[in-house]
Amino acid sequence: MAADSAAAERAFDARIAAGETIEPKDWMPERYRKQLIRMMSQHAHSEIVGMLPEGNWITRAPTLQRKVGLLAKVQDEAGHGLYIYCGTETLGVDRTELVDQLLSGKAKYASIFNYPTLSWADIGTIGWFVDGAAIVNQTMLAKASYGPYARAMVRICKEENFHKRQGFEIIATLAAGTPEQRRMAQDAVNRWWWPSLMMFGPNDKDSPNSAELTKWGVKRKGNDELRQRFVNLTVAHAKAIDLVLPDPDLRYNAETGNWDFGTIDWAEFDRVIHGEGPLNRERLAARNKAHDEGAWVRAAASAYAAKHAPESASRAA
Amino acid sequence: MVAADEPGTNGQWPLWEVFLQPSGGAPFEHAGSVHAVDAESALQNARDVYTRRGEGVNLWVVPSAAIVASAPSDAGPFFDPGNDKPYRHPQFYTSPRGVRV
Ligand SMILES: [Fe+2]
Ligand SMILES: [Fe+2]
Repeated sequence: MAADSAAAERAFDARIAAGETIEPKDWMPERYRKQLIRMMSQHAHSEIVGMLPEGNWITRAPTLQRKVGLLAKVQDEAGHGLYIYCGTETLGVDRTELVDQLLSGKAKYASIFNYPTLSWADIGTIGWFVDGAAIVNQTMLAKASYGPYARAMVRICKEENFHKRQGFEIIATLAAGTPEQRRMAQDAVNRWWWPSLMMFGPNDKDSPNSAELTKWGVKRKGNDELRQRFVNLTVAHAKAIDLVLPDPDLRYNAETGNWDFGTIDWAEFDRVIHGEGPLNRERLAARNKAHDEGAWVRAAASAYAAKHAPESASRAA
Repeated sequence: MVAADEPGTNGQWPLWEVFLQPSGGAPFEHAGSVHAVDAESALQNARDVYTRRGEGVNLWVVPSAAIVASAPSDAGPFFDPGNDKPYRHPQFYTSPRGVRV
């Protein structure tokens, strides 16, 4: 038996090495399944919680055009959550179970969403930085070894560009506005820059999960490489709209062709991940409230279906 | 009677697989899945989740439990019969020199 599973594992490793895609019914090591469930469900939770900081501004968007844009973006994020939950379910876990883990506070999600959105400029900055960082990460994940995850990422990447561009347009407009609007834009950039860099996760040397996920071809690039790519891309954007990224150590390194940046405050990252961010409790409370307030909709749908069951069964037959 | 009419385990709504036809005449492609109480709401959920930007002109939703799939473990023997019949391919046949068939 042990020899059997060792052989199966060798065959699996060979498939990964050959760049093959793993599908739900294929044999996979239990650890691969576990790690994927953990990573994908955290990703899905992040999409769902990510709606909260922005949803907060839908009723206060400055124009109707900005409002419909933001609404569409937030709706996309709900869709992203659903794509990834459904991908996670192919690994044999129930969505209800995953949602329960989020609502009970047991599950993790991206720490960035525990920061407050204090002004309209934050909405622009989130699109520019947070969705920008998500694009860098998700473009890599679109080549993940697990088919349902990779396909969900392809679908998501198609939508993220709109998110980033609407955000950058908001921030560029403010940056070109009155002195007060410029101050607002710069203030948002100051607050969101470092948490955005933390989105890529710990340095590779401190990230045991990453090493395993890389070995299995779920991740194709390390956290540090992705973070660097994001910095390189974003420096040019900031220059173009004449805003300053809040890092005195940020400078171009002609040797590597990269923008070197200062030290990330990993103690802050740890605090926020472990529930001590500015808004962890509020986010969880808001998510639970929304879930509870939706209970009657779910009950009504179930009651309707039960009432019409004979009818729809005869239609389906 | 279809499986989707039965209540899911632990109160979860049944799962439906979603297939999308990207444009008229194109084949339907698997897009993902949705949970829904019945076929009608599965169709509506599928539209909201998978076609917010005109990604499709037609949708199918199928109770996931109704899908019968081949087993990856016997993919070899299962598809084998197709591999040892080279005479099913045009390259198997020769034609006189200079004639384009
Ligand atoms: Fe997203
Ligand atoms: Fe997004």
